[in-house]
Amino acid sequence: MDIELILKVYPYFLEAAVVTIELSVLTVLLGLICGALAAAARMSRFRLLRIIGAVYVSVFRGTPALIQLFLLYFGGPQIGIQLDAFEAGVIGLGLNIGAYMAETMRGAIVSVDGGQTEAARTLGLSRTQAFRKVTLPQAMRLMIRPLGVNINAQIKGTALVAAISVVELTYTAQRYIGSTYKPFEMFFLAGVLYILIITVTGKGISYLDRKVRLP
Amino acid sequence: MGLDFTVVPAYLDTILIGVLWTIAITVCAALLSFFGGILFAVIALYAPWFLRLPVRLFAWLFMGTPLLLQLFLIYFGLVELGIDLPAFVAGVIGLGLHFAVYNSELIQTAILAVDNGQMEAARTLGCSRAQALRKVVIPQAVRDVIPPIGNNMIALLKDSALVSVIGVSELTLSSQLAIGRTYRPFEFYAVAAVFYYVVNLGMEAVMRRIERKTSLSR
Repeated sequence: MDIELILKVYPYFLEAAVVTIELSVLTVLLGLICGALAAAARMSRFRLLRIIGAVYVSVFRGTPALIQLFLLYFGGPQIGIQLDAFEAGVIGLGLNIGAYMAETMRGAIVSVDGGQTEAARTLGLSRTQAFRKVTLPQAMRLMIRPLGVNINAQIKGTALVAAISVVELTYTAQRYIGSTYKPFEMFFLAGVLYILIITVTGKGISYLDRKVRLP
Repeated sequence: MGLDFTVVPAYLDTILIGVLWTIAITVCAALLSFFGGILFAVIALYAPWFLRLPVRLFAWLFMGTPLLLQLFLIYFGLVELGIDLPAFVAGVIGLGLHFAVYNSELIQTAILAVDNGQMEAARTLGCSRAQALRKVVIPQAVRDVIPPIGNNMIALLKDSALVSVIGVSELTLSSQLAIGRTYRPFEFYAVAAVFYYVVNLGMEAVMRRIERKTSLSR
């Protein structure tokens, strides 16, 4: 292990880690929005919305994220979508994780006992009110942990944007592996930072989960 | 520059060969990840500490870092160690090890969930500990986790696109070859997406079949 080299290059890795964190935060936020919309569409009363939601989820979960990213970044200009690599990364990966999050959210909502809605309806709440005041708050508690799994996967998933040359952790590691021929040192450095980001995020999610869990 | 899918048929054979390579790498890596997963699980649970510790450390590293980074490590790391493997083999090892770690987590939980009486009964019947594990406990544990392992294998199929970056000419890289000649990224990536989707559907069907065949409540 070449400690001297690690000490020399680590500031660049720290800078890259900041980009990885930015990408993670933005893609997760976009994913949560897309996921919520898609989950709502899939459970809608309108057939067309249900179909749109189902197609979105199936297409984005059925094809590789890398292909989706390439299609958007390299193919986008052909259909009038001009994005820089970072924007394409956020939008492409956000749409991708959104499809997975949609299934997580739908799963949580479906697993709330149907008797809850019935009871709320009996008490005179409208369908919307019952969903908003009774089902959703319970489902939100249930979805924190599985969404945490999606988020953990997404943090690692941000590495894909290295393939469209966004300078984040994996791209930086790859570049330094190429220029120093020290793959193990560079992997170690990037790996420690990824694990740090994932561990801190994981702790945050468990904290949130404990906070809202019913006794 | 509008869309023009008429350029696609000329490269269809290149793409189909890519599809075959994608299937080949997925099957090889899936087998490696399945048996590697069992091996890692047994080591993590039963081996002495000098085997257990490295495997735990390895699992921790591989679960906390991106697959793409691991592929770079394996591809360039092996060269650094003087082992010059073809990209395909490096890709199989990278994908296989990555998913072996995830499978191992599932299998460990399942092994612990197999009733202790099974091991005791096997021992009473004269099996050694290793025999009891191999013939009694592990088969039951693995059967229990076939559905989640199937999900991992479907994830593996999609992640096999990543090996294009280390130069395995599977579906993604063969699409890129066609794009390099025609400058039509949208058309070829869209076609690649369709092929992945179809292979994905096929794989889901295979997994459902395996699940049905292996589940106890037939």
